[in-house]
Amino acid sequence: MEQFLQQMVNGISLGSIYALIALGYTMVYGIIKLINFAHGDVYMIGAYIGFAATTFAKLGFFPALIIAMLASAALGILIEKVAYKPLRNSTKIAVLITAIGMSFLLEYVMMFFVGAEVRSYPKVLSDASFNLGNVVINMQQIYIVVTAIVLMIILQYIINKTKIGKAMRAVSADKDAAQLMGIQVDTTISFTFAIGSALAGAGGVLVGIYYNSIDPLMGMMPGLKAFVAAVFGGIGSIPGAMIGGLSIGIMETLVSGYGNSMYRDAFVFAILIVILIIKPAGILGKNTKEKV
Amino acid sequence: MRVLSKKNIITLLLIVAVFAVVQVLISVKIINSFYEITLATICINIILAVSLNLVTGFTGQFSLGHAGFMSIGAYVCALISMNTDSTLGFIFGILAGAVAAAIVGVIIGIPTLRLKGDYLAIATLGMAEIIRVLFLNMEITNGAAGLSGIPRNTNWTWLFIFLMATIILINNFIRSSHGRACISIREDEIAAESMGVNTTKYKVMAFALGAFFAGIAGGLYASYFYFIKPNVFGFMKSVDVLVIVVLGGLGSISGSVIAAILLAVLTTFLQQFTEIRMIIYALLLVAIMLFRPQGLLGTKEITDMFKSNKNTEKIE
Repeated sequence: MEQFLQQMVNGISLGSIYALIALGYTMVYGIIKLINFAHGDVYMIGAYIGFAATTFAKLGFFPALIIAMLASAALGILIEKVAYKPLRNSTKIAVLITAIGMSFLLEYVMMFFVGAEVRSYPKVLSDASFNLGNVVINMQQIYIVVTAIVLMIILQYIINKTKIGKAMRAVSADKDAAQLMGIQVDTTISFTFAIGSALAGAGGVLVGIYYNSIDPLMGMMPGLKAFVAAVFGGIGSIPGAMIGGLSIGIMETLVSGYGNSMYRDAFVFAILIVILIIKPAGILGKNTKEKV
Repeated sequence: MRVLSKKNIITLLLIVAVFAVVQVLISVKIINSFYEITLATICINIILAVSLNLVTGFTGQFSLGHAGFMSIGAYVCALISMNTDSTLGFIFGILAGAVAAAIVGVIIGIPTLRLKGDYLAIATLGMAEIIRVLFLNMEITNGAAGLSGIPRNTNWTWLFIFLMATIILINNFIRSSHGRACISIREDEIAAESMGVNTTKYKVMAFALGAFFAGIAGGLYASYFYFIKPNVFGFMKSVDVLVIVVLGGLGSISGSVIAAILLAVLTTFLQQFTEIRMIIYALLLVAIMLFRPQGLLGTKEITDMFKSNKNTEKIE
């Protein structure tokens, strides 16, 4: 039982990071129906910016987190403007290939500048830990979960209470109708990319602190898993991405803890295939009927 | 339709001519052993691209897991030919690998092909990752270290035979009534279904055929490079194949052939700039999609350019 609770604690920490990345996927997919493969690499670059801010500028955790989020948001807008906006009306596969191309571009440009070696994050948070019964919780895990929760609350506020949030919901419901109502679709899409990328950047910093190592290809797998999380929760649904992220994180930790950690990636993808077959819209997704 | 029609004879002569020219170039060492590797890569990539084109370009089912099928063919062929080192064992290995890949294709295809578009792409990606993780953990495949010392039974002749067989078979399949059914699914799945096309059957058929030829490509890869490990067949490999297909044009076999050759030449040329090789590759990818999203040939074939417009539409 204690081991199970310990795994749950680890799983929730990992899951909140997945949830942060999954939110970006789900928002972008909800608004322009694109699997943004470059999203995982925005997260990687966020981790590097956090690394630079803490190592070279000697900043603390929160300033580094905010700088990483701002820079990632700018990068997200840039990617959208350069690569995706000109393709708004072309075929899905062309946009998807562009996204994959952008992903490679970010990875290898980073590799060119920072080298392929793994770097270790400086200790910006105390690694003090305390025990609840036999379950060990360390300060980093608390920081990660609290940061993720705060960011998600801010996101919920932006989406449900502000004008731009309303515009985002309108564009994702019906782009053309939204445009007719006087909503600036391009600005709204850019804003969506900015928010999604900022969350991914935050996720990158948190992962860097949690696992203490970053490298230019670190974004690939977590990116795909976060996408699985978004599909699991119901793509396009924001609470769905949070639930999906947490579930995938917990399941992955449980497989590593009780089974064979080599199989954990396969397990995540197996879940994806099962969920797609049983309930393609995801846990919180709405089933849409196909019109002829 | 006669077998010895004028068109078929010209095609046959062309095929023999291409084979002979390359064979002569190899024997007089203009194509040295370094370029021979590029040549093998081209052949294997064409087989992969043409088979993926059948699934993605002609049937319209977006697959990101082609490398998974390739790895099945590679491992089966490697294991068989390591135990029976002879040409017969090699051919048996390749065919067994292809059949194994096709069987897995059917097993995976039946549930996942109900999905559409992006979801199918992600499901196939996930499936290829699962296959890779299984190979990483199995005893018989020697885990992450992979299999080495696979007997090398492949040469230009075998590569060319399998390459031509793939192109001709897939080309004929597309021109058959089954192929037309597949194309109708790409154009409009609901309309095809209401016209009485059994869409599930044809999607699975195309998927299994694609997997079969990907298995052949895998077997050739294992035999030519005599070393395989699971990470060779990762997400990157699937993307590479998809890039060839999209670059050549979805629904154009000759486009895939040309794109495979161009990309292989480009990669060989870029090998001297290792540091920026992937950056250039990525930039090209984005640039091509921005400026020519339909690929080099679109849905046309190179032979269409020699025909007048009237003949293009006629079903032969």
